[in-house]
Amino acid sequence: MNKARTNPANTIAMHGALIAYTLIALFPVFVILVNSFKTRKAIFREPLALPDADSFSLSGYQTVLKQGDFFLYFQNSMIVTLASLFFILLFGAMAAYALSEYRFRGGKFLGLYLALGIMIPIRIGTVAILEMMVATGLVNTHWALILVYTAQGLPLAVFILTEFMRQVSDDLKNAGRIDGLSEYTIFFRLVLPLVRPAMATVAVFNMIPIWNDLWFPLILAPAEATKTLTLGSQVFIGQFVTDWNAVLSALSFAILPVLVLYVIFSRQLIRGITSGAVK
Amino acid sequence: MSRPRIRWHIFVFLAPAVAIYTAVMIVPIVNTLRLALYTRVDQDRVFAGLDNFRTLFFDPLWAGHFWNALGNNFWFFLIHMLVQNPIGIALAAILSHPRLRFAALYRSAIFVPTILSFVIVGFAWKLILSPIWGIAPSMLDAVGLKSLFAPWLGREEYALTTLALISVWQFVGIPMMLIYAALLSIPDEILEAGEVDGITGMAAFWKIKLPLILPSIGIISILTFVGNFNAFDLIYASQGALAGPDFATDILGTFMYRTFFGFQLQLGDPHMGSAIASAMFAIILVGVCLYLYAIQSRMRRYQL
Repeated sequence: MNKARTNPANTIAMHGALIAYTLIALFPVFVILVNSFKTRKAIFREPLALPDADSFSLSGYQTVLKQGDFFLYFQNSMIVTLASLFFILLFGAMAAYALSEYRFRGGKFLGLYLALGIMIPIRIGTVAILEMMVATGLVNTHWALILVYTAQGLPLAVFILTEFMRQVSDDLKNAGRIDGLSEYTIFFRLVLPLVRPAMATVAVFNMIPIWNDLWFPLILAPAEATKTLTLGSQVFIGQFVTDWNAVLSALSFAILPVLVLYVIFSRQLIRGITSGAVK
Repeated sequence: MSRPRIRWHIFVFLAPAVAIYTAVMIVPIVNTLRLALYTRVDQDRVFAGLDNFRTLFFDPLWAGHFWNALGNNFWFFLIHMLVQNPIGIALAAILSHPRLRFAALYRSAIFVPTILSFVIVGFAWKLILSPIWGIAPSMLDAVGLKSLFAPWLGREEYALTTLALISVWQFVGIPMMLIYAALLSIPDEILEAGEVDGITGMAAFWKIKLPLILPSIGIISILTFVGNFNAFDLIYASQGALAGPDFATDILGTFMYRTFFGFQLQLGDPHMGSAIASAMFAIILVGVCLYLYAIQSRMRRYQL
């Protein structure tokens, strides 16, 4: 369509800028991963070299596996993240359906009330959340974290899903009603499958902050049995500051699951963001 | 059938979300704001009015820390606004070029730091900038700038800025993606109309695209604001709860954590912690209101 923007010098400049920034973005991750496979000597002598036969070593990983309970931490993170996502999606979709489908007194107000939480961070309420969890005996359980993350994720989930559910055709739902389906069946069997892409977007948006959160695990569930991977690696690294092999391996351990998830879900995530779901 | 029957299913659909949201988010926030008005006297909770705030703002033991954390927080936010968002916009502008190859690859790679946890980011940069390991000094040496190196995270005058830049490095992906989405949604006709009038290249960006993506820039600004005034993790992960050196990197999040949870010799004080949380709440509220006021009054004009 236009010729003015295809000048080769421009193209080179654009690629140059992008490559430069890509290097800046990936360099630290690369350095950590590469050095985690090297001997202590090689880490210090040639930090930027790839491990070779001489400098290859897994001693850091051995320390991590022996000293830290990383599989337990990983499992805890998995339980908390998956359970929170499940409740955010289920309860968020249900509320979004009610808000988009039915007209009732207070509906608008309820929508606004739920939307408040999009802008106000739940961390403001930490002091009272801790008191509440202590009073109910939920401190140092997975439930404490799951409840907090569910509450934190619901506002945006309801907001996004309401927008999407408005687009589901009324004819479909009315056809279901004429066939005698209950409102619940219509929601679970007809509407939910149609908003699956939006649900995936919401899931991916929530997954990363929950997995990476340090604040609530630190305050609500710091016990050894409930430590998440993020908190576990923080504590582990704090104890092993001088053992560089162990620190680098622990970091790599923490990076890998997220990186794998990202490779799997990056399309969904990027499509979610660029589809304007957060506008 | 004189009255419409109660539609119980609406209640069932809404109840779980509203209940959890109210019980775990709204009630604790309100309670925290309320706790800020109390204090502890011999195991009893006593109403103290605004005393906690008076202590926080004016008491020599507290005020220094509070204003220090607040000032640091504003500096932290300023760096994000001045560095993160312009870089994000520039990257998005390049990425949205219609005939750029490998755009998806660049986009995914630049977004990688955003998915990493603060613990990873904090430690990774701590190691890289560490004078013991020497990656940063030897890289600077390679380009002949070794004299510029300093243990940035350990010096009071540089530590906060360094951490802010690390955070910028981590989060540049978010403005990039949002602006990228906004740029893609600009209709081709508008750009073509501009071309007919001879506005291309950089001029097209400044005169046509930038005004059209202003609403997205507004959203990014408010997201940055809320995110920064509630930040904690990166500082805690890399500098510890004391936000060293000598509180140079202390922001409201770390200050609140130390205050209500206690640290080392200091006992936790939930009431003062709540007072700090209330101050954070007020700041965020003011920011959000300013934003809403600004988009209501100005930015609507450009809506497509």
